[in-house]
Amino acid sequence: MSLMGIISMVSNFLIPLVIFYIVGYGILNREKVYDIFIRGVKDGFRIVVDIAPTLVGLMVAVGIIRTSGALNILAKLLAPVGEFFRVPAEVLPLILVRMFSTSAANGLVFDLFKEFGTDSQIGMLASIVMSCTESIFYILSVYFLAVGIKKTRWTLVGGLIATMAGIIASVVISTLLFH
Amino acid sequence: MLNYIWAILIMVGIMVAAFTGTMENVSTGILDSSREAIQLCIVMLGVVGMWTGIMKLAEATGLVRQLTRLLMPMLRLLFPRIAGDEKAMGYIAANMVANLLGLGWAATPTGLQAMKELQRIHRETCRVTGGDPNAASDEMCFFMVINISSLQLIPINMIAYRSQYGSVHPGAIILPGMIATFVSTLAGVLYGLWRCRRGGRK
Repeated sequence: MSLMGIISMVSNFLIPLVIFYIVGYGILNREKVYDIFIRGVKDGFRIVVDIAPTLVGLMVAVGIIRTSGALNILAKLLAPVGEFFRVPAEVLPLILVRMFSTSAANGLVFDLFKEFGTDSQIGMLASIVMSCTESIFYILSVYFLAVGIKKTRWTLVGGLIATMAGIIASVVISTLLFH
Repeated sequence: MLNYIWAILIMVGIMVAAFTGTMENVSTGILDSSREAIQLCIVMLGVVGMWTGIMKLAEATGLVRQLTRLLMPMLRLLFPRIAGDEKAMGYIAANMVANLLGLGWAATPTGLQAMKELQRIHRETCRVTGGDPNAASDEMCFFMVINISSLQLIPINMIAYRSQYGSVHPGAIILPGMIATFVSTLAGVLYGLWRCRRGGRK
């Protein structure tokens, strides 16, 4: 069995295990598990409906930038940077956009999926990067604006350090998976 | 900010297309991507709905509250100066649990409340020490860095996207994602601890 197969097997156990535990715990506590579940699903639907317009807006914008060939130009320009950090140049625009907007970054990820395949090295790298990073600037502006903080002191540096560490880990892991 | 990003993406894309002669691709690309966005939403209705359903159950049975209590000792180590403030600590813990479980939408309200509590504590301290209430406190910085470092254990959205785009192993990223998330959070926490200690000595 390949390394990818083993990792996927362990990964595949996790979600069913979590669900088993939560449902089992609920029924042992005599909760109306099914009714509660259905209420939760309705909440989820509302969330998806709420983000649908954002997704349309940003995927159209990303679609334009991709089909125009601008992304390829950017990737070519960034290629030396990518080579230096051992990151495929195709993923660099994703890392940049990731810091500002999750939805826009998702649009770029879907392009990488279509071009290289979800289970390719680039597809895996993009998936892992998305899982271990957040939209730094978006979070900073939302939270600090809400409490009227003007000087963010060491937050940005700390956020960038965490993000960089996550990206380095993603590159190492995705490289290990395919060698 | 998103207004600018959105406009720049569209305008730069169309200008590049005009120069490189890819306008036809852009034209179909616009229609394709808007259709794709809604196709994706349909897949997400199922997956996100399933996950919020299970998490609602975890909340109703008190599992989320237990997890929050489990997290408390660790949080007291990270925020020693406000460990006595039950309200602030409670919101911070609730926010972290929501993040761990991948409930970003539940994380934002608790996160904002946590920030408001931190700001209240900060204002009180500033009144005594004469500090700048417009500058973030160490606790605020630390809390934000941990949030930015991503805590999500199971990236359910990413799994949904992967299966939509034809992955044979959509769940294969759970374990690698966990490791990478652990690394990024560890880096953020170490940096935060260092900064807090340095600030405390001054």
